[in-house]
Parts: sequence; C-alpha cells; structure tokens
Amino acid sequence: MTDEPRFGLTATASQTAGPFWHLIDFPAWADLLRADGPNAEVAGERIILTGRITDGDGAPCPDMMVELWQADPAGSYEGAFNGFGRCATDDDGMFRFTTLKPGPVRAAGNAFQAPHVALTLFARGLLHHLVTRLYFAGEALNEQDPVLSAVPPIRRATLIAQPEGAGVWRLDIRLQGERETVFLEV
Amino acid sequence: MTTSDQPGYRPAAPGSQPPLDAPAYGSTHKRHPKQPPLRIAATLTETSAPRMSAGLYPSHAELAKGPGWEAQGERIIVAGRVLDEDGRPLRGTMVEIWQANAAGRYNHERDRHDAPLDPNFKGEGRIFTDAEGWYRFTTIRPGAYPWRNHHNAWRPVHIHYSVFGAGFAQRLVTQMYFPGDPLLPIDPVFMAIPDAAARDRLVARFDLDIAEPEYALGYRFDIVLRGRAATPMENPA
Repeated sequence: MTDEPRFGLTATASQTAGPFWHLIDFPAWADLLRADGPNAEVAGERIILTGRITDGDGAPCPDMMVELWQADPAGSYEGAFNGFGRCATDDDGMFRFTTLKPGPVRAAGNAFQAPHVALTLFARGLLHHLVTRLYFAGEALNEQDPVLSAVPPIRRATLIAQPEGAGVWRLDIRLQGERETVFLEV
Repeated sequence: MTTSDQPGYRPAAPGSQPPLDAPAYGSTHKRHPKQPPLRIAATLTETSAPRMSAGLYPSHAELAKGPGWEAQGERIIVAGRVLDEDGRPLRGTMVEIWQANAAGRYNHERDRHDAPLDPNFKGEGRIFTDAEGWYRFTTIRPGAYPWRNHHNAWRPVHIHYSVFGAGFAQRLVTQMYFPGDPLLPIDPVFMAIPDAAARDRLVARFDLDIAEPEYALGYRFDIVLRGRAATPMENPA
C-alpha cells in the first residue's frame, strides 16, 4: 500500500473513554430487538451474541463499552433494520447482545463476505478503540471471506463464534497475550 | 484478493493518534494488544453507519438548567462543527458528551472521589449536528479530579465526546480540554499523543462570540473525522 498525499484537515486524536462512560450507557441498546426500538417489526433469526473480554493477565474487563454494527438478515445495511447496539460488560467481563443473524454482505465484484458483525471496544486503558469482527462457525462462506482469508490461519479462531445452546453464539475476546484476538485497522 | 470496489478511509497522519501501549498510563499495560492490527480494505461494513435520529435517540443539549432545576458551577456553552478531513460538514451525526460536575465528581457509582455530588447535574448530553455540521451544548465547567495512575495524579479539566460519522470506520471517542490548564503538560492521557499540534487541537478555544451575554461563557471545539481515501486498497494476499 502507498500512503496518499495528505492535504486539508487532520482527524481529531482519540482519547480513552475512561471508567465513567456509563453515563452514556443505555442498557436497552444491547437488545436490538427491543419492543420500543427501531427493529421491533423486522423478521429474521433471533440470536444472542455473548463472550468474555479479558486482559493480559486473563482477568475479566468489567468496564468495557462494546459496540456492535451489522447488516440485516438479507446482508444489507440500508434496509429497515438498524444494526447498531451498545453494551457494557458486567463484573465477569461478559457482553451480551440480542439481535438478528446477519446475512452475507456484498464484497467486491460478485463476491460475498461471510455473515459477520463488527465489534468495537472502548475502555479505560484504551487510548484508541479496538475493532474486531465476529463470524459464525460452520458458515460455508467463511472459507472465502476476504477478511478471514487475510488472517493467518492459526489466529482465525479468535474471530469465529461457536454455538452455545439454541440461538446463542459465544466469542471470547483476549486483549493481550496467549490467543490474542485479531484486531483490525479499518 | 480484493475486498472492496470502493475507497475506505485515510490512515492516520503520523503522530496524530495516541499509541495503545503508553507506558506512563498504567491502565494500558495489560490492555494493549501485543500483535499489530491487521489492516484490511474497507468493505460495506466499514463505510456504512447507523442511521440515528432524534426520533429514536432524543436530544438533550441543556445540561446546566431546566424547568425547576439548576446545576451548580460556571455555566459554559461548548459549540463547534463536525467535519471530515476534506472540510466537509457531517450533517445529522450524533454527538454525545459526558463529564464530571463542577466539583470534579462524576454522577457514577464507581466514582469514589471525595467531592460533592450535585443532584441537579447528571453530566450527559446528546445532540445531532445541523446542516452545516454544528453542535452546541450548554453545560457547566467541570472540575479537575484525582486519579490513581501515579502519586498525586490529577486529570486536567475535560469533557468526553463520542461522535459517529457516515461510516463506522469514522467512529471517534475523545476528550475536549480547556485552554491554559496547568495539568495538561503532565497528563499521561493527553501527552500520549505524539504530535504537539494534534494535542493542541483537543484544547477548546475561548470564544466570546459563542458566549451568551449575562448567562454563559463560550468555547469552540471542532471535531474532524477521517476523510475518504482517493482509491480502494488491496488486502494482503
């Protein structure tokens, strides 16, 4: 890749969300299917996405803001479904979203990306947010997904959620150390 | 393999963003990834963003005073524009703020600082930018407060900002600081940004044109989100 010449303005620097970001935590936002929310009428496969976030010592991170962004069940970002959620981790470092399973999203040409959701993490100790993705185990499209294909095979499992009971998918996120999650620069 | 037939966003200008591993800021030690991030070509996931509106996410830009309540402290107006790196305004984008009260205490159960709470100050606001990218909040000037990063550590006075853009890759959470704060040059969070000009852009400018006579002082704080790249990039094979 080549750096393009820079001109005009420079993007504002990021700073940590700190430990008190819960002032903008609205717990209902973790349920994308909430009755008074934007998606109450949208049809699809209802799923729960959950997992534990841990630090370099393996200790749970109980103060993280996790944001989710995903396509609708048809793989579109422009339909009626508003695929945005925000969730605070609990005392055990667990996040939990209720949503609809996304469909394959268009990639370049006639290709498709495997179903996935983007996850963004903010917290005390993160001067810039972290971006990763959650994929679903067993999807045929995982084999040809352009982002997963760019991840060294030995680390791909850090992006693939496993089924854990009916409609529940689990992906643990390790910020640092052994089996460290693959984070993306987008 | 090409993942996109559309341009993504420009990479950060050198030195303009803080590193994830900042030794002087203790909480980064166990939370920064040791592996470098994988740079990927933008896909629709990165170039699309939530459609938010005041209908679903009600605005409240008045934090200082309302019917039957009034917060303690020095009233201020903070206003500015949200632009991209090409200077284009972002219209209708959601801007959220949160902050400590005038005494330096957050209305938050985990804040143990021995300073008074103000029952009339929640310290949280939300607004959508107008057609020219402007936002505007009326609030009170927050207080400095101690933290446990090192001996006798105090955070400079600041207001937290959360901004969405037209693409999820433009997402920004940052802090606005106040001019002349003696704590700025010794703050590990602020000083983690390598480039001095990038740090300065986080300091609001005192602006009498934003002030409201007989009511509140004014500060200007513009926010710049990443601009679109000119051409798509290729993923590593």
